[in-house]
Amino acid sequence: MTIPTELKYTESHEWVKDNGDGTVTVGITDHAQDALGDLVFVELPEVGKQLAAKDACAVVESVKAASDIYSPVGGEVTAANEALDGAPETINEDAYGEGWIYQLKLSDPSELDNLLDAGAYEQVLADEG
Amino acid sequence: MLIHEQSRPGRRATAQAPLTTADSSDLPTALRRKQRAALPEVSELQAVRHYTRLSQQNFSIDTNFYPLGSCTMKYNPRACNSLASLPGFLARHPAAPESHSQGIMACLYELQDMLKIVTGMHAVSLAPAAGAQGELAGVMMIRAYHDARGDHERREILVPDAAHGTNPASAIMAGFKVREAPTGSNGDVDIAALRDAVGPQTAGIMLTNPSTVGVFDRNIQAIAETVHEAGGLLYYDGANLNAILGKVRPGDMGFDVIHMNLHKTFSTPHGGGGPGAGPVGVSKRLEPYLPIPLVEQDGDSYRWLDEDDRPETIGRMTAFGGNMGILLRAYIYARMLGAEGMRRVSEFATLNANYLLKRLQEAGFQAAYPERRASHEFIITLKQEAKTYGVNAMDFAKRLLDFGYHAPTTYFPLLVPECLLIEPTETEPKEALDGFVEAMTQIRKEAEETPEKVKGAPYTLPLRRLDDVRAARQLDVAWKPASQPASQPTSQGA
Repeated sequence: MTIPTELKYTESHEWVKDNGDGTVTVGITDHAQDALGDLVFVELPEVGKQLAAKDACAVVESVKAASDIYSPVGGEVTAANEALDGAPETINEDAYGEGWIYQLKLSDPSELDNLLDAGAYEQVLADEG
Repeated sequence: MLIHEQSRPGRRATAQAPLTTADSSDLPTALRRKQRAALPEVSELQAVRHYTRLSQQNFSIDTNFYPLGSCTMKYNPRACNSLASLPGFLARHPAAPESHSQGIMACLYELQDMLKIVTGMHAVSLAPAAGAQGELAGVMMIRAYHDARGDHERREILVPDAAHGTNPASAIMAGFKVREAPTGSNGDVDIAALRDAVGPQTAGIMLTNPSTVGVFDRNIQAIAETVHEAGGLLYYDGANLNAILGKVRPGDMGFDVIHMNLHKTFSTPHGGGGPGAGPVGVSKRLEPYLPIPLVEQDGDSYRWLDEDDRPETIGRMTAFGGNMGILLRAYIYARMLGAEGMRRVSEFATLNANYLLKRLQEAGFQAAYPERRASHEFIITLKQEAKTYGVNAMDFAKRLLDFGYHAPTTYFPLLVPECLLIEPTETEPKEALDGFVEAMTQIRKEAEETPEKVKGAPYTLPLRRLDDVRAARQLDVAWKPASQPASQPTSQGA
């Protein structure tokens, strides 16, 4: 299970990439895609939508279950990965790359400090056993 | 082979032949077919053979142990079926006047009464025709209650993360927002998190107790107090009523509204979505909103209560009086059991579950909540087997079919990794439970020695492993004649 060190994480298994220009990219972790199994549907957030941190904003559905995605930080949705519409399996294949879900313009950059680093997220996974 | 593929032009089955002389001239042109429906044309014998073959391929409680957790696949006594099929019941027209329906109305009235007593609720409506419809009726009544008080800010329903998916869906359907209440590591609702979550926005909480993780929530009184103090109502999902029948009453636990799955707890053969009946019971303050119709006793006779009697009702859930066949089976089942028999149902259901849990633990399987006593069902987690042998819960489930056991519920609730939710029910003999343990032990041995064998299962059923991912991604269930192009797969999901 890979956990890239340059990303930030949540306990609910989203990852966040700071793009350095006031925006972030959000997806689900390798662990999350593995636990869900083969994804069959992704419901994306609408571009322009305002989100608060921890808002349910997207849904990933596998043959096992449908799961909410919670926005790790607040802001305005600036892009959604439309390519997932026809190919939800991209998240299974490349969770941290082509499988990104949406981008957000941060409303409060300090919220990034509330997120977990790779080491802390690894500990979360270890605690879940 | 699909029955469509057996079709030959001109073949007819007399018993199913349509009435060709029917006059449809009063149907609006826009609603009439432009071309004939692509119905199969087969002989009566072909139709009989086709459906008999399908019934023989069916994996059912009448042929196999069926420990499908959360579904209560118990034996349904033949008496329920034969008595509910008496000609007086079967041939009754749903629009028959009250004066011609006193017999069935007496049954329904007594059923309302028995359900009130066994659940400890103030009043019961039999109208909802399924569990999910009972849920919808329940949350609609919660909404009607707050609205009638002018309490319009209560827009949020709390739902534990382990709940059945129908709970949040019902709340959304009724116009609420859903907030998740987390489950603690011991299987009980996390009370501290619940206290943080309630407030003036709280309309209510939907709880299943015993919960979907197979344990009785010991904090139920604290939960009830917390939600009630915040001004919210308590909804009881009756999915697991089989565990507490005649022992604990949701009304006594402080619940304001409950739905029951009569097809599960009160014995109707069910599966694949029906048939069902989902009566709702309520506390006194919710009584005005009960769905209609209700049956009232009026001296020596019975009468229907409708909108005129109950102006604040949330309305009708179905045409006529509900799913009569299921209600009758439940009535007969309850009459056969009596109060004493109902207690035995829950006693044997929990005894069987705890026996099976203990035996599986002794055989080396890992319980999800080892420190907890099982209710009428329990969860084992195969994450160790998945890690060590690469054989997951679904592989075990499929291989069980080869051993003659219907698979337990897999991957629900999702918060337990690689889980099987196992509900033996009260009607299984000890030998069936022992046989199941032996099969599980044998499968784990195979997983260790020949994992590919388990991953390739099943081998003995009419079909091998189905491609559930492709079925979900490219759903295509419409049959088309070979001469026509197949329909395009629908968009994503189901």
